Amino acid sequence: MTPDPRLIVFENVSKFYGEVLGVNKVTFSLEPGITSLVGPNGSGKTTLMNLMTGLIRPSRGAVHVLGLTPQQPIEFFRQVGYCTQFDSFPPGTAGYDFIYWPLRLHGFAHDQAAKLTNEALERAGMAQVARRKVAGYSKGMRQRIRLAQAIAHHPSVLVLDEPLNGLDPMARAESIALFEAIAKQGMHVIISSHILEEVDRISDRVVLMSSGYVVAEGQIKEVRREVRDHPMQILVRCSNAARLAAAAFELDHVVEAKILTDGHGVLVRTRDAEQFYLLLNKIVSGGLVEVDAVAPADDDVNSIYQYLIGSDGGPA
Amino acid sequence: MSAQDLVARVQKWSREQPWRLYGSQISILVRNEVRRNLFTRRRIWIYLLALLPVLMIVGHAISDRASMNPSQIEEDTQVLAGIMQLYYFRLGTFFTCMAIFTWLFRGEMVEKTLHYQFLVPVRREVLVVGKFLAGVVVAVALFETAVFACFFFMYARFGAAGKAYVFEGPGLGQLWSYLLVTALACLGYGAVFLALSLLFKNPVIPGVVIMGWETIAPIFPAWAQRLSVTFYLKHLCPVNLPLSGPLAIFTVVAEPVSPFIAVLGLLCLTIAILTLSCFLIHRMEITYTTE
Repeated sequence: MTPDPRLIVFENVSKFYGEVLGVNKVTFSLEPGITSLVGPNGSGKTTLMNLMTGLIRPSRGAVHVLGLTPQQPIEFFRQVGYCTQFDSFPPGTAGYDFIYWPLRLHGFAHDQAAKLTNEALERAGMAQVARRKVAGYSKGMRQRIRLAQAIAHHPSVLVLDEPLNGLDPMARAESIALFEAIAKQGMHVIISSHILEEVDRISDRVVLMSSGYVVAEGQIKEVRREVRDHPMQILVRCSNAARLAAAAFELDHVVEAKILTDGHGVLVRTRDAEQFYLLLNKIVSGGLVEVDAVAPADDDVNSIYQYLIGSDGGPA
Repeated sequence: MSAQDLVARVQKWSREQPWRLYGSQISILVRNEVRRNLFTRRRIWIYLLALLPVLMIVGHAISDRASMNPSQIEEDTQVLAGIMQLYYFRLGTFFTCMAIFTWLFRGEMVEKTLHYQFLVPVRREVLVVGKFLAGVVVAVALFETAVFACFFFMYARFGAAGKAYVFEGPGLGQLWSYLLVTALACLGYGAVFLALSLLFKNPVIPGVVIMGWETIAPIFPAWAQRLSVTFYLKHLCPVNLPLSGPLAIFTVVAEPVSPFIAVLGLLCLTIAILTLSCFLIHRMEITYTTE
């Protein structure tokens, strides 16, 4: 079967480091847009990214990126940019050279390479310090110069391993805006991160990983549906919280109804959200409770992550 | 598949290759590697290794200046041959090439920077060739300079007699031979140590084994001797060293071959080892945590 030239495809991929499992039987395909790999340390996120970019070879299975494999390096690495989490640089390198020389290896002539280098430095906010040695950069600057190198040749697939680590809030916001702009151009952006809130906001889809396995994959709402057996949390801001909590408890599918500490709302955990919304309508129309706001409290990566992995995704 | 089909396939493959891109990539890799390998304080001990005999010859020339006699030229030619054959071609180039060529890939693994080389549109074979050539440029530049300096200081002190020995006698021919042997030694040992660095995480122990093999190879059959670098180098040395006893093992030539065959043989050995390295590099993975 010819691999789809639009997709990133993992076909039953396993990777073992000797006896140690990296990832096991991973199968999925990713469409353009922002995809987040979420999982605790050691869950296999970096292994998946390294497999995607050919830094390691699968023990079993096959990986295709836009129909290409790393065994075709000239075509492959013109399409792929990878910002690894290795915080190391060739000794004595200046920021500008760190981007310029790889571009020359791409085959760009001096003028074009210089233009692309300056453009990437601007986009990463590193133009002012480009002539300084990387060894003198702060952690955030080193992160951004690696990002600049990864995007300099305008790849169609941008793979970013923990790209927000070490960035201050301003740089983080700028980086996120950059990822979104790249994704809007129809490119693949693959991000791994522990910062679930940010991943949640920018992701088109998530791949949840635990102990080398993909435990869920798809759009956040789809993933939520995959785990519908787990109770869903609904936050209701209302005037008579105790009354609503009591009514909710009469329903079989409601697992928990917790009155908020300020007394102006209830956090309900239910296995049947539709039924709960019907009850809520009934109570509201009966005038027993005045509702200010209703919102699903856990339709984000963090809560899905907790359901699936039993951890908050923080560093292990 | 017939031979004609095979030739046609090879021709088609060759036409499809972006040779120009490969050439430009190799020149960039060589430039960057030379900067990284040659102009660094970490390499000071290599310079010392290469220049130690030069310092000794200069010291000898200064201390012997008063008693300088043109009849000593023959004796000093033997001394120079000893320095070349016993020091440069066996120890100096061996250990320098070990330091330079094993560091080309293994050093980048230690510094955790090799992934940058693997994430650019460069075939890994091109990477091997580029790094190898960079190592050769560094080693050859260093040793050719040292050999030339040794030669110059050895004969310059004899004044007109020295000049006559070099330009009207056998001196110049000997110099060219030494420069050729030095370059070939760098190529041969370089290829060996590059391959070792791709085979072993710590290439020092295999390096010591290679050293042992290069030393005892003369006692093995002729076909086995052809698998050592010194086998080819010995045939190209212009001055015979009259060594006896156990030291004769360094100079004994069991089965003489022509200089042309010796050069060709060493180049073939180098290409064969480089081809092996091209296969090995495809097995290489970025797993810094296990280094």
